[in-house]
Amino acid sequence: MPVSSASRLDLDPASTSHHGGMNRQRHSPAPALSAAGLRKSFGDKVVLGGIDLHVPEGTVFSLLGPNGAGKTTTVQILSTLIPATGGHVRVAGRDVRTEADRVRAAIGVTGQFSAVDDLLTGAENLLLMADLHHLDRREGRRRAADLLEEFELAGVASKTAATYSGGMRRRLDLAMTLVGDPGIIFLDEPTTGLDPRSRRRVWQIIRDLVAGGVTVFLTTQYLQEADQLADRIAVLDRGKLVAEGTPDELKRLIPGGHILLRFTDQGELGAAARARGEGARDDEALTLQVPSDGSVKSLRAMLDRLAGEPVEVAALSVHTPDLDDVFLALTGHPGTDSTGTDSTGTDSTGADKDSPR
Amino acid sequence: MSTQSYAIRDSATMLRRNLRHVLRYPGMTFGVLGTPVVMLLLFRYVFGGTLGAGIGSAGHGGYIGYLTPGIIVLAVSSASVSTAVAVNTDMTQGIINRFRTMAIARVSVLTGHVAGSVIQTVTSAALVTGLAVAMGFRPAASAAGWIAVIAVTVAVAFALTWVSVALGLMAKTPENASNLPTPLVFLPFLGSAFIPPQSMAPGLRWFAEYQPFTPIIETLRGLLMGTPAGGSALTAGAWCVGLALAGYVSARALFNRGTVR
Repeated sequence: MPVSSASRLDLDPASTSHHGGMNRQRHSPAPALSAAGLRKSFGDKVVLGGIDLHVPEGTVFSLLGPNGAGKTTTVQILSTLIPATGGHVRVAGRDVRTEADRVRAAIGVTGQFSAVDDLLTGAENLLLMADLHHLDRREGRRRAADLLEEFELAGVASKTAATYSGGMRRRLDLAMTLVGDPGIIFLDEPTTGLDPRSRRRVWQIIRDLVAGGVTVFLTTQYLQEADQLADRIAVLDRGKLVAEGTPDELKRLIPGGHILLRFTDQGELGAAARARGEGARDDEALTLQVPSDGSVKSLRAMLDRLAGEPVEVAALSVHTPDLDDVFLALTGHPGTDSTGTDSTGTDSTGADKDSPR
Repeated sequence: MSTQSYAIRDSATMLRRNLRHVLRYPGMTFGVLGTPVVMLLLFRYVFGGTLGAGIGSAGHGGYIGYLTPGIIVLAVSSASVSTAVAVNTDMTQGIINRFRTMAIARVSVLTGHVAGSVIQTVTSAALVTGLAVAMGFRPAASAAGWIAVIAVTVAVAFALTWVSVALGLMAKTPENASNLPTPLVFLPFLGSAFIPPQSMAPGLRWFAEYQPFTPIIETLRGLLMGTPAGGSALTAGAWCVGLALAGYVSARALFNRGTVR
């Protein structure tokens, strides 16, 4: 449960190994990945302040958080790129510190920044991976051809990656990760910067992978993405996990969506508030916040109700729950500089009483 | 397969990757040839007459006979710029982080660069030698002498390439990487590449006699022109081993230091 995992973090770090043991008992499938008391600092700057993770085999785990929360650092440690400052991490049953090569043989990583060779063609990139996985020539060529086909890159296979669009490049990146048939895949913000269509395509690829039994560790700053793909979500904020649970469990923690109505003067606001009978009223901003699930039906019902009143609505915005709401609900402060979020129709300051806008 | 044979196989894979880069973007390779070719033309046709007369003792073969071994070494040393830049640029590519998370011989990323650069450098040295021959260079070396010349050139290229790889890893930016090897490129000028150190000012002369390029150039000159090389060969060999080792050790440490951001 979210609340209990949040409080679990407040416990003495010395007891983390004990908790690791408890986790193992609670989840019956073998863990593909587990971390206990994972810490990382760069000099004085603490990036990860002791986090526990447990990802059962064959599931999708999503680490959700704004820029700077520590998501990429976590992936870099789990994928053997950088060493942790403290804590224990096991991936595919191996210690990332002492058995890095065994871990590397079991994982595939698609980082936030494209890891393709721009000067090579799509096919050459895949053949390079095949060679590095020590596949024999014929097998490597077959694998590359299959992946090019599967990721709809066959048409551009002989063009250099430098000429690819963002979506194509990301697909090539994923395909390269899959050449070695990894059992565990790390995806660090796999859809950041992609257009909605490419994003959906990547989602479908991830779903297909999971259907094939692969374990996926995904970081994202989009609540919707975690919701779409993950079995479990952990919310990372300033290097600490503030909640963990299934998407439904998390969404229950978030205040529902609402419709924000703005009026020209106090009189209008008063009349509307009386007509609605419910909703949070802000006399200074001249706004009325009405709970809503964001559906057209609820919007129409509300407008119908106001239609009978002599009030003029100056502005209206529909607010759907987003990462900012999660953060506000869980941490009491907004997700800050998650400027990349693109939730349409969102007024992220809607819940903020001091909002002058 | 053992880890060792994987290391060789992975290095060969990385070498193929680097050669493919070179073939696809040959601009850098031709750029490498620029410095030694310009210097060869300049010192043969512009300064050559006076310098040749001044040296005198160069004797047989004229000034171009004295000049060419220096130009060969200059061709090798000036290639260090492109090696350092290539390594530095490569490290900023996301694919290096992918390599780091794969179960491959890590050092193969570097050995691939070294092998590729040595091939490029030796090719460029061969082309410059060919040009010198076309301009009247008449070496007196025997077949065995030529084999020794090739061996020395490869050894020097190997040593300087490891140093350049380390410099490329040390540099923060490609611009920085192109500046760091500058001393390497200019050291032959302060050695016996163009004139004998005996004719230099006292302090400089001392430096010229003890810096690494002078014994290397003297060894090549001895092999190509049949002049007495003295103890140069041994000193040259020691410098090559030392530079290669220092370059390798620091390159390895720099590469393993962690991710490059």
